Amino acid sequence: MLMASSNHRAARLDAPRLVQHPPLLRATGLTKRYGGRLAVDNVSLEVYPGEVLGVVGESGSGKSTLLRMLNLEEQPDAGTYTLHLDGIAGQDLFALDRFDRRQVQIQRIGVVYQNPHLGLRMRFTSSGNVAERLLIAGERSFETLRAAARESLSASEFPLDRMDDPPRVLSGGMQQRVQLAKALAMKPALLLLDEPTTGLDVSIQATVLDTLKRLQREREMTIVLVSHDLGVIRTLSDRVMVMRYGQVVEAGLTDQILDDPQHPYTQQLVHAKL
Amino acid sequence: MPLLHVDQLTKQFDIHHLQREIGVFYNLSFTLEAGQFLLVTGVNGAGKSSLLRCLYRTYVPTGGHAWYASQHGRVDLATAADVDIALLRQAEIGFVTQFLRPRPRVSALELVMEPLLDAGVDWDAAQAEAESWLDSLNLKREVWGAYPTTFSGGEQQKVNLARALIAPRRLILLDEPTASLDRLARESLVERLTVLKESGVAMIGVFHHPEDIRHLVDGEILLTSAVMNGVA
Repeated sequence: MLMASSNHRAARLDAPRLVQHPPLLRATGLTKRYGGRLAVDNVSLEVYPGEVLGVVGESGSGKSTLLRMLNLEEQPDAGTYTLHLDGIAGQDLFALDRFDRRQVQIQRIGVVYQNPHLGLRMRFTSSGNVAERLLIAGERSFETLRAAARESLSASEFPLDRMDDPPRVLSGGMQQRVQLAKALAMKPALLLLDEPTTGLDVSIQATVLDTLKRLQREREMTIVLVSHDLGVIRTLSDRVMVMRYGQVVEAGLTDQILDDPQHPYTQQLVHAKL
Repeated sequence: MPLLHVDQLTKQFDIHHLQREIGVFYNLSFTLEAGQFLLVTGVNGAGKSSLLRCLYRTYVPTGGHAWYASQHGRVDLATAADVDIALLRQAEIGFVTQFLRPRPRVSALELVMEPLLDAGVDWDAAQAEAESWLDSLNLKREVWGAYPTTFSGGEQQKVNLARALIAPRRLILLDEPTASLDRLARESLVERLTVLKESGVAMIGVFHHPEDIRHLVDGEILLTSAVMNGVA
């Protein structure tokens, strides 16, 4: 799945033969520089429909920058990005103008951030937060907005009797469920999760992970999950990509990366954390 | 064409911080036909589990090939793309490990149903099939709705077996599936395996009590430390 030249093992693997449909997400040569520092260095990835790709690495490995590029929040210095979806297949999303890019972001991509302040307006109602994207996409009927908010909040297992409470009065786990509901409101093909359960109590984390797992199965969503928590990665991901200093050092099936890591850095990472 | 043709398969671990390579098995070759059952034997540490893990690609083989005749064409399990392996795991190749990885707040019954749900089977059919498996492995009905994190080793193993065997497979890798089971559960497992074998499912297994499945065995893969002979 990986074409990065830095990945030795992937270079030895065959191209897909049994899986013949195209990947939903294909990014090639993504590079992002901040001043003199290379945050993301020539990263390529493919994610197939219904797959969960985990991205692991320490702080500063470039994994969050990568996710921001995939969410079209940030333009790369080099690289291309396509989503194989009706109307935009084959189109390099970075080459779109600002308006069209925003439309793709709103309608095709959902995102959940570690920090709910990044994803939510803390003083608006939770239902209002969820409906916001539909409003931006042009929906004006109050009833439709309300019904969509209710449906999304219910799918993310948020208690509906609190749907008009603002996120600022909610617990961390509840705030993440509001973010998730907001991300799901437009029924996106691609869901991006940036440390979605980091900072939550372990028991709350487990229930949020369960919700994600169930939603992924029911909606056959394609997910890119960034986390430094290998337990979260093991629970949700089909495949894993390991990043360090902006580069991909190794990629593979989740159990293979965790049980038989090939790269010295991955070996160190896995043994330090399990 | 055999279902599986393992050709000169080799596994060694490259432990970077020790700057050491640890050999597990070298140049192992054997073939497996549909409906055949191969028993993997050898002393502790001879690489029995590692062989199964290499075929499932939890471990990356260091050399050689494992040609598998899938329903969609022949692939080398040693080098096939990760997404192809993921597809085979979902549709054709099963792995029964010794240990369950329970998830908090997922009931025993739901854990067993999950592979069927993932394959698109509807809830009621998946539940009926899961109940039949748990029933035949003698897991007490009272605990089906409970979270297996609190189960005994034997109970967890029953959930694990049911989960691993519930979806239809063409090749099943069994890593000591009977290790922590009582005699009754072992007998019902062997019964299930017999039915699977008769229906054409191929199996490769490491068994703690090989006498249980002696009548199913068509051949043996003997792993001797570091130098291997394959017989099938």
